[in-house]
Formats: sequence, C-alpha cells, structure tokens
Amino acid sequence: MLTKRIIACLDMDGGRVVKGVRFKNLRDAGDPAECATAHARQGADEIVLLDITATSGNRKTLLDAVRGTARSLFVPFTVGGGIRQLEDAAAVFDAGADKIAINSAAVRDPALIGKIAGRFGSQAVVVAIDARKVDGSPADKSFEVFIAGGRVPTGRDAIQWAREAAACGAGEILLTSMDRDGTQSGFDCGLVRAVAEAVSIPVIASGGAGSARDFIEVFRDGRADAALAASIFHFGIENIAALKRELHHASVPVRWPC
Amino acid sequence: MIAIVDYGAGNLNSVRKAFDYLRAEIVVTDQPATLAAADKIVFPGVGHFSSLRALGSTGLREALLQAASASKPFLGICLGMQWLFEGSEECAEIAGAGIFPGKCRQFPSSVKAPHVGWNSLTVQPGSRLLRGIAQDSFVYYTHSFHAPLVAATTAATEYGLQFAGAVERDNIFGVQFHPEKSGDVGLAILKNFCEV
Repeated sequence: MLTKRIIACLDMDGGRVVKGVRFKNLRDAGDPAECATAHARQGADEIVLLDITATSGNRKTLLDAVRGTARSLFVPFTVGGGIRQLEDAAAVFDAGADKIAINSAAVRDPALIGKIAGRFGSQAVVVAIDARKVDGSPADKSFEVFIAGGRVPTGRDAIQWAREAAACGAGEILLTSMDRDGTQSGFDCGLVRAVAEAVSIPVIASGGAGSARDFIEVFRDGRADAALAASIFHFGIENIAALKRELHHASVPVRWPC
Repeated sequence: MIAIVDYGAGNLNSVRKAFDYLRAEIVVTDQPATLAAADKIVFPGVGHFSSLRALGSTGLREALLQAASASKPFLGICLGMQWLFEGSEECAEIAGAGIFPGKCRQFPSSVKAPHVGWNSLTVQPGSRLLRGIAQDSFVYYTHSFHAPLVAATTAATEYGLQFAGAVERDNIFGVQFHPEKSGDVGLAILKNFCEV
C-alpha cells in the first residue's frame, strides 16, 4: 500500500541549519549533511533543504551544502530557495538534488515550471505555495498566494494557482499555511483538503505540525499525501521514529519499520 | 566496470552516487562502444517514454539490445525497466526491447496519478536481485505508467492494481522503483546487482 510520507525540512542560512519562529529568533541547529542523515536514519521519508537566505551571492554556499548532503543521503532530496531560472535549477540538480522547489519564480513566470520539467521530468519539480486565509471570505474557504518568503501578496487564489501549476507540469505541490506556520497548532486541514481535491498530483502539507495527532488529522481529514515539518523534528520535540510508530498504530499507512 | 547509460534525459547523479557509495567501478556513457566494453549495464530512465526515441538515432538501442542478448547483467531502472517490455501507452510509436511481454499502461482512474512515494514489495522467492530483501520492504516510486505482471515478475506492488515492481530473467533485471532513493533496501538491491 502506498504510504503517507513524513518529510523533514531543514531551513538553511549561510550554510547552517537554523530554526526560529516565522524566520525570527533563528537558532543554530547544525550542519545540513549531519541533520539530513540523522533524520533519514530516524525514518524521514524525504528531506527538503530550504535556503532561507536565498540571496544570489550565496549560491556557492548552497551548492556546497547540497553536494555535502547528497553524498550520503539515499532518500529523495528536494532543494528550494532562490531558484529563479532553469540554470539555477540545473546547478542544484548537478550538485545532487532529486527535486527542486520553486515558489516566487513560478508565480512570476509559470512557464518556468514547464521548462524545468521538460529537461528534468515533472517528478523533479515541486511547486511551493505559501497561502494565507482571506479574512472574511465565505466560510473561510478562500486562500491567497503570497511570494517572497510570505512578504508580498499576489491577489491570486491558492487553489486556482495549484491547478495551474499542475497543468504547467509540476510534479508535486508543497502547500504551506502561513497562518499555521511555526505555531505548532496543527495543519490547516481545510486548505490542504481543498488543494488535494483540486489536483491529481501529490500534495505535501506544511505549517503547523506540533504533535502526532496533527499528522493523523492532515492525512485523514486533509487528504494530504505527505506532511512536512521542521521545528518539531530539529530539537527532538517529536522524534520521527516515534511519530511513525504512533501513525502506524493509528492505522495511517507509513513506511514503518523502515 | 559498470556502464551507466546516459541518453541525454533526466538526472543520473543519484544513480551514480549510489554506485559510488557502494565503491563500484562505474562509467557514465553515451557511447555504444563503451557499453560493448562494459561488464554490466545500468539503464536508468526518467520522464516520458518518448525520450527513448533518442536511443534509435545514437546507436544506443542496438548497443543495449546486444548487451542484453550477450548475457551481460543488465539493470533497467524506472523508464529503463519499462523499455524492457514491448512498449507503452505513453508513446505508442516507440518500440520497447520486447524482452518481456506486454505494454506499460496508465493506472486506473480510481487512484491519483502519478504514483509517488514509498510502497511495499510482495517479493517472489528465488530472485538474485532481491536476495535478502524482506517481504513487504518499502521502496520509492515515482511514475505514471506501470508494467504488467508477467512470469518474470519478482516483486509486485499494489496501487489501484497489482503491477510489476521488479522483473528478472537470466541476466536481465528491471525495477520500476528507484533503488538509489530507497534507503538501505535500495542500496542492498544495487549491491546485489554489483555482485551478480
């Protein structure tokens, strides 16, 4: 049976894994290669490395980190942050990534999705969407896409954008609820379910993971294909092995034992 | 020497990296002569079946067929395994190698496509490639088309239906999943191939 994936996300700044709440009060959480292999050993089904500095001057630092991490990592490895054109993606693949995640650049130029997919395959292209609930929308069912690390509203509807991204050749959607991100108060199952039902490609839920119960809910009620978390895994609040054991006992299909 | 076939589509880094990790002697090549000289062939594929058209114009198709019929251990991965069959619904005008019977088809509409993620293997006894791989081991898949169950199926996976996760006959091996991305299970399978 196809299992639900648990994805560990590493936010990286200047070559180090960091963690804060909503990108503030960043704390050093270690070396990317060491963190990635430690998570994989615990049972992470996939690793996402997100360069949150994402300034063009820092590309070499990112590529070095990707190379170092990829060397001893044998689960799918996604890299995002600052990928603006095909050449950026090619460099990241060349350094050892299996998939790239694009966000702002895809909103600005949706054709970029097809360009990267045309060369590296759709399975290698993850479109990341940062969405925030529109206040006062009917039944709270409307979500707006934000870009530039959540700083710039686009006026675009998240569900429509997910559909368009899939039609352009995206292989997966990484969907982050900005309302829940960093709060550990649970995933936004309404948002996740709306997108999961709108597209046929897998949807990775992100933002709000705090406990095993949150994962169970987002897989059952949110119909997520995968769920991603960063902060709760880094400082051992929720151990991935323990989380998977708990999901397994709750009859959520997971890769366990692995 | 293991030759990894580069026919200009997709990203071969992960496959190369896994064999490097296993300390296998490898060469990544698009040259038919290099395939002819190699002891073993790995044919990874990714993307659309139509990308296999490039094999015809470069002489690689002939070289691959020769290697396969010359009893060289041959491992097709993902699209590389699908190529071992007669063809695929994905691109009807491109012929596969026809080493295994039947065509690759889409998944039924009852399940989401593509099939992405970790799924389990129902392993048949006697496989050399899957030697030591436990029943219900998990491996990583990402694909939209699947190969049918055939007599040579050594592992089946369920996703809307039962399909061939791995096939094997004599020197020819194929896996629909990505061993290079399937953790310790995948590395053990690649190690088996190195030792075949």
